Amino acid sequence: MTDAALTALPSSESRLVHRLKRDYFSSPLGALVTLVSVGLIVLVGWKVLDWAVLSATFDPAARQPECAANGGACWSVIANRWRLIIFGIYPYEEQWRSALAIVAVIVMMVLSCIPSFWSLRKLALIWIGGAATFYILMKGGIFGLSRVGEEQWGGLCLTLFLFVATSLVGMPLAIGLALMRRSEMPVIAKVTGVFIDCVRSLPLLSILFTFAIVLPFMLPGFMIGEKLYRVIIGGGLFFAAYQAEIIRGGFQGIGTGQEEAAKALGIPYWSRITRIVLPQTFRLALPATINQFVITFMETSLVVVVGFVELLAAANAAYGTGDWKFAYVEVYAFISAIYFMFVFGLSRYGAYLERRMNVGRR
Amino acid sequence: MAATSVWRRKSFRRAAIQGGFLAAILLVVVVGTLTARANLAAQGITSGFGFLAKPTGWDLNFSILPTNPNDPYWWFILAGICNTLFLGFLGLFFATLIGLAVGMARSSTNPSAKLIGTTYVETFRNIPLIVQVFFWYAMSTQLPGPKQSIVIGNAMLSSRGLYLPGLNVTMASAIAATAIILAMACLLLWISIAKPFRRMAKAARRNLKLGVLGGGLVLAGVSLLLGRIPGTPLFSIPELAGLNVKGGIRIQPELYVMAFAIAVYGGAYIGEIVRGGFKAVGRGQLEAASALGLSAWQTFTRVRLPLAIRAMLPILINQYVWLIKATTLGTVVGFSDFFMVISGAITHSGQTLELIAILMGGFLIINFSLAAILNRINRAIALKGTSIGVAH
Repeated sequence: MTDAALTALPSSESRLVHRLKRDYFSSPLGALVTLVSVGLIVLVGWKVLDWAVLSATFDPAARQPECAANGGACWSVIANRWRLIIFGIYPYEEQWRSALAIVAVIVMMVLSCIPSFWSLRKLALIWIGGAATFYILMKGGIFGLSRVGEEQWGGLCLTLFLFVATSLVGMPLAIGLALMRRSEMPVIAKVTGVFIDCVRSLPLLSILFTFAIVLPFMLPGFMIGEKLYRVIIGGGLFFAAYQAEIIRGGFQGIGTGQEEAAKALGIPYWSRITRIVLPQTFRLALPATINQFVITFMETSLVVVVGFVELLAAANAAYGTGDWKFAYVEVYAFISAIYFMFVFGLSRYGAYLERRMNVGRR
Repeated sequence: MAATSVWRRKSFRRAAIQGGFLAAILLVVVVGTLTARANLAAQGITSGFGFLAKPTGWDLNFSILPTNPNDPYWWFILAGICNTLFLGFLGLFFATLIGLAVGMARSSTNPSAKLIGTTYVETFRNIPLIVQVFFWYAMSTQLPGPKQSIVIGNAMLSSRGLYLPGLNVTMASAIAATAIILAMACLLLWISIAKPFRRMAKAARRNLKLGVLGGGLVLAGVSLLLGRIPGTPLFSIPELAGLNVKGGIRIQPELYVMAFAIAVYGGAYIGEIVRGGFKAVGRGQLEAASALGLSAWQTFTRVRLPLAIRAMLPILINQYVWLIKATTLGTVVGFSDFFMVISGAITHSGQTLELIAILMGGFLIINFSLAAILNRINRAIALKGTSIGVAH
């Protein structure tokens, strides 16, 4: 290479041109791909922007004729129906309690994402405290709050309750199942293994259906309880079967030497598990665990099939009446945005944690 | 004193704990079954599987097997399983196609293609499938009537369903042709992965494959020609006749909405798996390929794709099993899948326990056999001595 070529460093502008050329127009096929995809992005982006903002109707008093005249989205349906979507059929004057309960759950979720709270005792305290606050606010009956039965809970509030309660039931169960599966006693290990595999190959819908509708036939009268709690236990069982396998993966990731050393030191089984094995396991299994929470949050929407008015069913009801029949896209866009915020936030957080942990391992 | 020393002995303690564990499970099962029997008997329902032979008295709104209200329960359940498998394979097929496209877009070097892939994945993966199903179904019911139907080529989409061009043949010959093509596909797969065929010379194996392919196609074609409905043109093309559509094959909104939703949602997940597979192929492999003078296309088809498929297959198996289970969501739009047939049968016959047992058994068999087949393929194509694609 000549000196001239070495000294003639590209100026900043030609570097930009060079990068554009390399990334977007490296070959005729590449140029075609670029043109088509840029065209697609611009077209779809413009259509969405135009529909959602530019020609949309925001006036709460507007109805179908006004919205149709503007041509875009009719956000008036959300302005009129948001209480139904968020709170379900919770009594109107008491809806502030429902709102506070939602805030309590969100605070709880954010707190448990902060690493300085990551010890078994603190996490358990946060979750049980959060769930108790939620339950007292929603159900009432004490502190001068009027009593509101579970059958009136609904909307986003019920979705969050299902998520928290399923996780609270499922997590201890998952740890139990995972420990039983690696038990040294063959009968317990085998039976637990078969149980986990069976639950995992069944659709969640069939489990919810069984717990909601079939189980009352099979239980002695005093054990039947409220349908909501039976569904939560079914969901918790399903969560536990998946989470137990994730924990088992974590067990396999830590060397057997750790446990053998603890045994040699004479540390008893429970201390060995809670002080040495489980903390390391959870560290290894953290990304997969967060992914499991994400899936569980999305799957709360399945309870619509057994007749609960959670976020999705409330949305169906919100556009189901004659007035708003045309506005289904707006309603589904609204609840999709709510699901998206929770799910996307959680999964981004999981990806961040994974990166953070990989830095230490390299 | 003697009792405590026996209890102290480890083997005895273990046997006692395990015995107690089994006894507890047995107790729960027995009490549950007895209570259920007593409760159902109080409603005048006798337990047992005898009801399976009784006629149902109701009908399915969609079935690929012919059904009518005089058919027995077992036939309905079989039809439900066939519907589930049909929808499942339809959904998996299109989800895989979308996933391949999205995964390739996401692992391309072109930033604009990458952006499209990322937007697609993040949008459809972060909204629950059931919400998407409800959304597409609401959209399908609000489509214009047959008169204003959307026409794409020879296909027509309206509130009455999706009409596709078809063949004027009898049902039996269409089923026979499908079965022949499926058998041919299985045979081809077997020839490409089974051990005895691997030892054959390359050219001979190729000829064998071509022979199977040609034979299968000819047989399928003959069975279609034999089943031709006389006096009609071979191709049946949908067209507007008065207020309705005539000709072609009608695909119900329930079916295409479910297949579409599963394909779109599954495509986002499979796209991520495909991207992961491409990422798992080491740079060294690609650099070696280009150092050997392979063209970009050869590098892709001969090095990158085969290695990526081996890396993604184990995860793909789990995803497929998950998607087959997701077909149960068909029940929310009224697609008569296995789950909906069972819940309908429970409402009509009251044989709750037996039907739930059939439901669970059916899904266990479907999912375990799907996983077994795919694991077999995975083992057969795994490369010996590398970490890529070896079943863990």
